[in-house]
Amino acid sequence: MIDHPFAGQVCRVALIVPLLIGLGTGCASDGDDQPSGTYRREGVTGSITVFAAASLTDSFTELGTAFEEANPESTVAFSFGPSSALVTQITEGAPADVIATASTTNMKDLVDADALGGDPTEFATNVLQLAVPPDNPGDIDALDDLADEDLIVALCNEEVPCGKFAREALDKAGVEPSIDSNEEDVRALLTKIEAGEVDVGVVYRTDVEAAGDAVEGIEIPDDQNVTATYPIAVTGEADNAEGARALVDFVLSEDGRAALTEAGFGSP
Amino acid sequence: MSLRTDQHRDASATGPPDQPGPIPGTGRAAKASASHAGRAPRSLVPVAAIAVAFLVLPLVGLLQRAPWSDLGSVLRAPAVGDALRLSVVTASASTVACLVLGLPLAWVLARSPFPGRRVVRALVTLPMVLPPVVGGAALLFSLGRRSPLGMVLENAFGITLPFTTTGAILAQTFVAMPFLVITVEGALRTGDRRLEEAATTLGARRWTVLLRVTLPQVAPSVLAGAVLAWARALGEFGATITFAGNLQGRTQTLPLAVYEVLQNDPGAAVVLSLVLVVVSLTVLIALRDRWTPTA
Repeated sequence: MIDHPFAGQVCRVALIVPLLIGLGTGCASDGDDQPSGTYRREGVTGSITVFAAASLTDSFTELGTAFEEANPESTVAFSFGPSSALVTQITEGAPADVIATASTTNMKDLVDADALGGDPTEFATNVLQLAVPPDNPGDIDALDDLADEDLIVALCNEEVPCGKFAREALDKAGVEPSIDSNEEDVRALLTKIEAGEVDVGVVYRTDVEAAGDAVEGIEIPDDQNVTATYPIAVTGEADNAEGARALVDFVLSEDGRAALTEAGFGSP
Repeated sequence: MSLRTDQHRDASATGPPDQPGPIPGTGRAAKASASHAGRAPRSLVPVAAIAVAFLVLPLVGLLQRAPWSDLGSVLRAPAVGDALRLSVVTASASTVACLVLGLPLAWVLARSPFPGRRVVRALVTLPMVLPPVVGGAALLFSLGRRSPLGMVLENAFGITLPFTTTGAILAQTFVAMPFLVITVEGALRTGDRRLEEAATTLGARRWTVLLRVTLPQVAPSVLAGAVLAWARALGEFGATITFAGNLQGRTQTLPLAVYEVLQNDPGAAVVLSLVLVVVSLTVLIALRDRWTPTA
């Protein structure tokens, strides 16, 4: 129903990559005086509302800033949360222009509800890791440790992709976890691990990366691990469909890919 | 002495506009308007009707989306029973905690002038404006396993609070207690003191006056405050999920269950919300009649 008049007309400049890396390391951007033609797209104006999985918080915030610098007439507003909740909000009419989830299952719900303005595109993958507070007070080294009743073990909620994948991984490893809390999304879980209140949780590799020294990551072997695939799409009711398509193209561009790789995401 | 503090009290009673609605007999002015002025001006009625519609319409939205045919199967899910039981138990326990701690606090705030009383009053009502999530995080940082106090609790007594039912009760008490405190304090500050003075003149000790005269006088406000606190605790979400986590049967109260279910089964979430509405309405209606005897 909706064409993509700008599809393919992607103007990339290599400058954006150092810019993104600069933002990623937390440098303050003095962008006001900077020329902003690095990823300019004619006709992109106004606010673009992006609903994105909690695990995309850091990388999408960066990408959004880079997009705004390239397209000064547009602003990107984010709503990060559990993919399942975002999908429910959109089917109930929440005003999102772009939706990116941490699971193809959630996106399929939107396809089934006829709530998208085009086919979703897979743009990133992620794998699970165990996350523990610094110096690993619970002495965790593998998924089996999650069965220990003396430890405070938390997962994401079963309805949320990271919770669903964590349970799949535990199933594969044949571990019956002794769960103390089901957190609302991966970032809520990560915060409690950072605070040292949870001894171990199952999160994405990218969350461990983003947390820096605040948590330690422990790899889960491939035969027990689960790969999350992230799709992105323009919503059917997008108020700013043009801006939404430009942003999706940006995420799918080499520059977008570079930023996601930097954050620890894999290629689909 | 009692005359001087009386004047001080009256002066401060007209000061801060922090009085909640349902305080019976709040001050002499309120009493006067209730008995003399009679009905509200007619022009207020349409506005009041808009207010009612605004508050009640969302409820209609819930009713309209409720999957009535699935009602039985949703309500029979074990998670629902667990959540309802846990909600009633934790809200009641935290109301008891609010009464045990909040009544003395209200009394001291209302009747014992001390330097910095205004500051203390502001501080203890802060949880009313603090986003509950922040309250939960604050509890986590102050009573969690890594906090100094939490370490003492764990090492000396083997008690950990996060992710326990006790933690859920604490979180609810934190957000609910101010409702009780300001309700009771308002009544104590503005109530008629002549009976107490008479009792004192007749030789009654302070405790006797407190238990036999003052407490019966402010009993309706205590009940009102307790019901407000209970209702606030029952609906508590942010502080609970942040401090106590979310585990069925242990810390997953009804609001947390609603949030979880809402993500992939909005219909079931509506049913759970209606359970919460029915329980709250029943209690509010039953007790409301008691604290407004002339209604």
